[in-house]
Amino acid sequence: MNDADYIEIKTRIVDGTTILSPMGEIDLSRAPSLRTHISAVQAKRPRRLIIDLTAVPYMDSSGVATLIEAMQTARRSGGKLVLCALQEKVRSIFEIARLETVFTIVNTTDEGLTV
Amino acid sequence: MAEVIDQPHVRLEMLSQARFLAAARAMISNLAQRLGFNEIHSGQISLAVDEALCNIINHGYEKRPDGRIWVSVWALEDHKQPTIKIIIEDRAKQVDPQVIRSRDLEDVRPGGLGVYIIREVMEDVRYEKREGGGMRLSMCKRLPSGAQTTQENQRAGSTPSRSAAEEDNQ
Repeated sequence: MNDADYIEIKTRIVDGTTILSPMGEIDLSRAPSLRTHISAVQAKRPRRLIIDLTAVPYMDSSGVATLIEAMQTARRSGGKLVLCALQEKVRSIFEIARLETVFTIVNTTDEGLTV
Repeated sequence: MAEVIDQPHVRLEMLSQARFLAAARAMISNLAQRLGFNEIHSGQISLAVDEALCNIINHGYEKRPDGRIWVSVWALEDHKQPTIKIIIEDRAKQVDPQVIRSRDLEDVRPGGLGVYIIREVMEDVRYEKREGGGMRLSMCKRLPSGAQTTQENQRAGSTPSRSAAEEDNQ
């Protein structure tokens, strides 16, 4: 994986909830980097995982596939995956793929801590 | 859609590597906005191109990094509607266009959304085998009548509403 394929992800833990904040566009090039990061976090079986998309201006179906996989992993382990702060273009792909009701989507991380 | 007989107005040649997707998206999105598409529609057009390129990289060239892909673009007028026409060609393995189908959205699983997105976002989508090898995807997008354009947005000093994009996707 070269630099162009790496996505910076900030991680913080608030009240037992892990919050991941990827920074930048998520496409076929960078989705594997995101998948690796999420898998490492989910291996610890967090009760709740929030993916904060505040700093993600674009996502294609590779990114969406990564999030579907993460949601299914969370459900299998009895945890919860919450998406938060989707920008307009990112929300657009969830709407086109009719996934906005499949995921738990909230506006802020604070809101994500309460669902 | 009027027949495209001229050389492309813009043409991008790229290797079958995912790290070059961002450049293709930027080119398409900028051109679409210059044609008057608002930010959401431009984003959707570049998303469709991104998805087509991903499919070529993953399935056509099976992740081989040395394949060639050509993205040709025309800025046209179809019945006085500004229209962006896009043709994407490769020399990857050929498949029967009949088997290139969208998947059932009820089946929520990772992967397989690309063709659905392309058909949902774009118009006149057509896959065909190229003579001499590879595939060709032709598609276009007409500026939605009544949709707020980039120029109108700038004049109004506001961002486009999502409803126009939603209506266009119905």
